[in-house]
Amino acid sequence: MKHTLTVLLRNRPGALSRVTGLFSGRCFNIESLCVAETFDPKISCLTLVTTGDAAIIEQITKQLHKLIDVITVLNVGEGEFVEREMALIRVRAEADTRAEVLRIIDIFRGKVVDVSPNSYALEITGSESKIKAVIDILRPLGIKEIVRTGKVAMARAPKK
Amino acid sequence: MSKIKGTQAIIKCLQEEGVELIFGYPGGAVIELYDELCKSDIRHILVRHEQGAVHAADGFARATGKVGVALLTSGPGATNGVTAIATAYCDSIPLVVMTGQVPRALIGNDAFQEVDIVGITRPCTKHNYLVYDPDELIPTIREAFYLASSGRPGPVLIDLPKDVMASMITYPAKTPIKMQTYQPNVKPHANQVAKACRACIKAKRPVLYVGGGVILSGAHEELRRFATRLNIPVTMTLMGLGGFPGTDPLSLGMLGMHGSYAANMSVAKSDLLIAIGSRFDDRVTGRLDAFAPQADIIHIDIDPSSISKNVGVDIPLVADCKLALEAINEWLDKAADFNQEETIALHQPWVDQVKEWDAKHPISYVDNDEVIKPQYVIETLHRLTGGNAIITTEVGQNQMWAAQFYKFNHPRRLLTSGGLGTMGYGLPAAIGAQLAFPDATVIDIAGDGSIQMNIQELATARECGAPVKIAILNNNYLGMVRQWQELFYNRHYASTVMEFTPDFVALAQAYGAVGLRAKTRAEVEPVIKEALATNNVVIMDFSIAREEGVFPMVPAGKATTEMLLV
Repeated sequence: MKHTLTVLLRNRPGALSRVTGLFSGRCFNIESLCVAETFDPKISCLTLVTTGDAAIIEQITKQLHKLIDVITVLNVGEGEFVEREMALIRVRAEADTRAEVLRIIDIFRGKVVDVSPNSYALEITGSESKIKAVIDILRPLGIKEIVRTGKVAMARAPKK
Repeated sequence: MSKIKGTQAIIKCLQEEGVELIFGYPGGAVIELYDELCKSDIRHILVRHEQGAVHAADGFARATGKVGVALLTSGPGATNGVTAIATAYCDSIPLVVMTGQVPRALIGNDAFQEVDIVGITRPCTKHNYLVYDPDELIPTIREAFYLASSGRPGPVLIDLPKDVMASMITYPAKTPIKMQTYQPNVKPHANQVAKACRACIKAKRPVLYVGGGVILSGAHEELRRFATRLNIPVTMTLMGLGGFPGTDPLSLGMLGMHGSYAANMSVAKSDLLIAIGSRFDDRVTGRLDAFAPQADIIHIDIDPSSISKNVGVDIPLVADCKLALEAINEWLDKAADFNQEETIALHQPWVDQVKEWDAKHPISYVDNDEVIKPQYVIETLHRLTGGNAIITTEVGQNQMWAAQFYKFNHPRRLLTSGGLGTMGYGLPAAIGAQLAFPDATVIDIAGDGSIQMNIQELATARECGAPVKIAILNNNYLGMVRQWQELFYNRHYASTVMEFTPDFVALAQAYGAVGLRAKTRAEVEPVIKEALATNNVVIMDFSIAREEGVFPMVPAGKATTEMLLV
């Protein structure tokens, strides 16, 4: 089963490799990994998607906690959360399909970010399933290249 | 404030941390630090190989409970230390290892004797540092000592670029260390303590499973009080030996692959397993689904990641073992529903059952009038040292026989590489322990294979005046692997026959040490007596029964009740 973890860690040289080394050394899986500074430049936020049963996720969480550079580990899937991913997709856009590509990207509220005589580069943001839907529908038109960010996630604030 | 040189500041900081002894080996990247170190009153022990330095610091740490310190140069100096760092990591031993590094401007340029030791040791240290900012030098060293010795202890490595050490810095005043990201939970949770106590009182067939955490936290007295007042039999891991007196009637000795019949049977049949400072290692559990199948499990450990890692736990108690046992004993002192006599009586039929198992299949061997049995050597060492020696071991049969036949009554008397199983550990560790306790008898129980892995440290022992004794159980085999080959590989002794073995007596003499040899049983006792009376390094070379095995033995992957007996 997939789990999304957000990890706050000290923004120090080597901190990221402690996390990735932990995963490779203990044969835990990393499906995607996304890391950047938080509003506090001394702290980085890492969003990590992994798979495993409850016992494995418990071990992953505990082992992450044990790393000296790690501040908090949150399994956002345990509550309500929002997740987003961005994809840049270069798709064939010849005379016969240019209009069709634009219609599709409009439906998914994407943007054209680069244009060439025979292709468009599109920017799409959304959940994993939305990105997948876009890719599926563009595929018959001829996808030339895809770059994805991996997931970022944030727990929803309490409603009360 | 006036500035001082980084190297001076390092020495001052080490003195503040109470360091009196450093094991190391100089080189280009640390030459300036050595210049300063050897002007100070900190004693430096020059080893003959960097692995020996870190093992010696480890032996010092295990024997004393203090942080062991090693100093290595960059590149090969640092990489030579890695095996010993991993050894300490697996057994949670507090070390600070300082390595020199090339100047900052050269890092990443494949400079002479440059290696990314921080990258290499990341998975085998509790934490490690490359000091890039000279102002961080002293705070980093202080933090390293704090990390090494607190929580679940472990080795911490500090990589020190040569130019950082040569910088002029302001020496910062010492302030209490507070780390946002590291606050080990040492105090037990009161509810969990109560739950654990109630389970212990209620159980009919409880058994203790004690590991190295009891020794690291100094909980042996609290443990003894607890086990005695509730009348609970005690099994120990290799790392836990000495955590409870081996000659106490409640002791069942070691459990697991080479554990006693009674220890393994009691765990298999128990209804409550109380794990304290142990980690359900595969050498203890055997086949996991057959480990303590009828038991509820209480697990006391300071490391949350140890809990329910290999075996699901019913009552976890994340705390320092000593504080947890203190809290448990206090709860029992006050509990209205606890009656000591009743509990002792309740557990007595179980204790009788366990003792019956022990009487049926005690740890034993078939002695021989002529040929030296290794177990007889260990028993004789035990008798002639009154059980009071500090014993280090190498790894393999020598280690298991030492664990089975030297009944450890006190903690910090068995220094052995348990988790990593590092051959070559025993001699340098013995040197570290001997320097910590100059008046103690320190004996490395070795095999003819493993002693050769760090035999160069004989020179260190001679030079620094550490009169360690080395008992080689010599069978011209890599005995433990040979035993597996005998049992499971159709006696195909692939590469386990030592076709050539040096003359250890002559070797001892070449190092200015004393070499003694025993070839028959009758010669064993006189040789040991002479060795113990000699104030010098002594090698005792015992020609033992070549194909003697370590029993009981649980074959790898089998249930611990499926023991091969003597």
